[in-house]
Amino acid sequence: MSKVRLCFAKEGVASYISHLDLLRTFQRVFIRAGMVIRHSAGFHPHPMMSFVLPLSVGQTSVCELLDFETEEEIDCAALPARLAPCLPLGVRALECHVPERPVRELQYLQALVSMEYDGGVPSGTAEAVRRLLLGEQVVVEKRNKRKQIVDVDIRPMIHTVETEERERFLLLRTVVQAQNPGVNPALLAAAVSRHLPERAPDFIRVHRERLLDGDGSVFR
Amino acid sequence: MDQKLARILPKVQKPARYVGGEYNAVIKDKAAVDFRVAFCFPDTYEIGMSNLGMRILYGVMNNMEGVWCERVFAPWGDMEAALREEHIPLYALESGDRVRDFDIVAFSVGYEMAYPAILNMLELSGIPLHSADRGGLAPIVIAGGTAMYNAEPLADFIDLACIGEGEEELVELLTLCRRAKAEGWDKGRLLREACHIEGIYVPSLYEVRYHEDGTVAAITPKDGAPERVRKRIVQDMDSAHFPVKSIVPSTEIVHDRVTLELFRGCIRGCRFCQAGYVYRPVRCRSKEKLAEYGAAACADSGYQEMTLSSLSTSDYPDLVELCDALEDYCGPHHVTLSLPSLRADNFSMALTERMAKGRKAGLTFAPEAGTQRLRDAINKNLTEKDLMESLTRAFSNGWSAVKLYYMLGLPTETDEDIIGIAEMADHVVHCWREHASNKARGVRITVSTSWFVPKPFTAFQWEPQISREEYERRVKLLREHMTARAVTYNWHDGDTSFLEAVLARGDRRLGRVLERAFEKGAHLDAWQDYFDLGRWLKAFDECGLDPAFYANRERGREEIFPWSVISCGVGDEYLWRERERCYASQTTPDCRTRCSGCGANKMVGGTCDV
Ligand code: SF4
Repeated sequence: MSKVRLCFAKEGVASYISHLDLLRTFQRVFIRAGMVIRHSAGFHPHPMMSFVLPLSVGQTSVCELLDFETEEEIDCAALPARLAPCLPLGVRALECHVPERPVRELQYLQALVSMEYDGGVPSGTAEAVRRLLLGEQVVVEKRNKRKQIVDVDIRPMIHTVETEERERFLLLRTVVQAQNPGVNPALLAAAVSRHLPERAPDFIRVHRERLLDGDGSVFR
Repeated sequence: MDQKLARILPKVQKPARYVGGEYNAVIKDKAAVDFRVAFCFPDTYEIGMSNLGMRILYGVMNNMEGVWCERVFAPWGDMEAALREEHIPLYALESGDRVRDFDIVAFSVGYEMAYPAILNMLELSGIPLHSADRGGLAPIVIAGGTAMYNAEPLADFIDLACIGEGEEELVELLTLCRRAKAEGWDKGRLLREACHIEGIYVPSLYEVRYHEDGTVAAITPKDGAPERVRKRIVQDMDSAHFPVKSIVPSTEIVHDRVTLELFRGCIRGCRFCQAGYVYRPVRCRSKEKLAEYGAAACADSGYQEMTLSSLSTSDYPDLVELCDALEDYCGPHHVTLSLPSLRADNFSMALTERMAKGRKAGLTFAPEAGTQRLRDAINKNLTEKDLMESLTRAFSNGWSAVKLYYMLGLPTETDEDIIGIAEMADHVVHCWREHASNKARGVRITVSTSWFVPKPFTAFQWEPQISREEYERRVKLLREHMTARAVTYNWHDGDTSFLEAVLARGDRRLGRVLERAFEKGAHLDAWQDYFDLGRWLKAFDECGLDPAFYANRERGREEIFPWSVISCGVGDEYLWRERERCYASQTTPDCRTRCSGCGANKMVGGTCDV
């Protein structure tokens, strides 16, 4: 029996696979690769598999983590190559290891938010965006547990924000709190649209770059 | 990916169905292929990806060197609106290339209600709807599938129809089209050559004249087209392609599992059943091949569910041996086997119990009619005694959910037959009370009735569909008699069944109606979310045609049917005889008991291997 942590990328067309569908897909991927995943005991056994930090549909990532348990011993180093022919397009197995750290030690998420402006980035946007996101308060709308839309301040969850201006888009590289509570980096762009409506982007993309622990080292 | 597309995908429901990239999707090098096929399914991804025929033919075409076959599905309403607004033409999932740039645009048409989606997909692709308005050699628009046994309502739009099973027919057709492309033929020449491939029907090569009263006077072939187009079948199922490597969608679809097709055809001969007649004769795969395919398909796909599919699965001669062989793989690999379309007999029940391994999902039976007299008349070989024996066994073994399917409006049906449905339901409740092993769980009995739609190539192709008022009266009558509290009664929406009855036996004049209805907004009419009969009635009105002429009229023995150029192997003489036996409440034995001489044996060199 092995506990294993797989690091994988989810890019391109695979970014549209939902969380639940990806879980189902991985169950099949392991079967294709001839692996036997451990199942929970009980009347409705379910496979022992979980994503460390689920990714929203449409977002891309090169740092997804999947924890799972197998019935037999697994050669971690050989696993990415073994999984490669079994994966759908856009999902890439990057690296695999026996997890040494519990998920609770994951604290930050580094992401790249690209805000696209079809008519070019309005001048001064980078500056204004930084001022907004690193200011006193960043209030956005969020759905609470009772499915009501409420205002929340996400400023405490924003750690750093850097900007880089290109011709038709503004890149925000941000480090935000990953969990308890975490913030979806897309909300940073939502804050821009709400508080700086004249600088609202035409489209945004979110790309996860790294997962970090409390010291700012890579969490794996 | 197209930037405009990337922008709309986050806004639509279930975007994964519009991007491709699934495991086993076939990607070829564009420079290494000279012929491109856009294989279109005029319904949603979830429905189309569940279709076995589509999986088979995708494999067959992609096995041809130099040919790349890709998939296209009908977008859901939100996606369609977004595509139109952004002027993004319909594209194929594998390459993302525009459908209009393909050599062949092929539609798989299983049911009449998909017709509007065909027009919509052509329009979304920017392809002229009418065959006559597409002058060039590409794209050639073709259609196949069960509904194409009467392709007449689509005659104006498609260039040709493939009748019967596509495995061999399509390869021959593609080979011809590639030659035409290489040698620079014009479209007319291609169509004139194509009509000589067995199973290919080119509607434009037939001239149809009508009598004053609207019935067909004559159908005349032109330019050397054959008098009769005989359906194509695969002779030897063991050498036919089985899609071991099949696309596994990354998002949930309707039939998300391995489908093992045991055999084609059906020995039973239910008189209302189009599939039962047009897929004749029975041709089986060997149990050895099937066991091998089943295991290989599970291992390759990673699916943990397999279904044994055929028109009447329990009629497979070696079913027990096959299940044993499959169990050898499925047991240790935690794959669950399911057996749909079971008969109500002891043998099937024993098998069901074995497969269920403790899971007591619902049981489904289709008595179709409420009295033995009417079941005899439609040649539905199910007795109430068999049903009750099966249920006694099921209830005492812990099953507590039963679904029963019936039709209203079958030829010769009387009020007694309708009330018989309610009585049968009462007997089922009674049986549960007597035999349930666990009464505390309660019982769920669902009775569903549909409105009978007479189809071409059946014993009832001459029959009228009962009028709507009469249908509604019969539903009401049944509701009044359905008194048991444990029974839930569902009845079918009448609008859809009525239109189905119109289109199923339509002639090519319906092309105009279809186009009008499409212009009025009929797009995904196979879905209640979008279907609106009002649009169609207006379209009929504007075209000066009466839908009742098609749905509710009894045809005479001598009438020329719009589909009479097509031959499914079973002759009209036979079907007429079956109709007469219906009126005499006489049954016809199944093919295994005794051949009743339907004519389909000629498709397989003289003798059916039942
Ligand atoms: S020819 Fe006879 S055995 Fe063959 S399908 Fe027809 S009735 Fe059945």
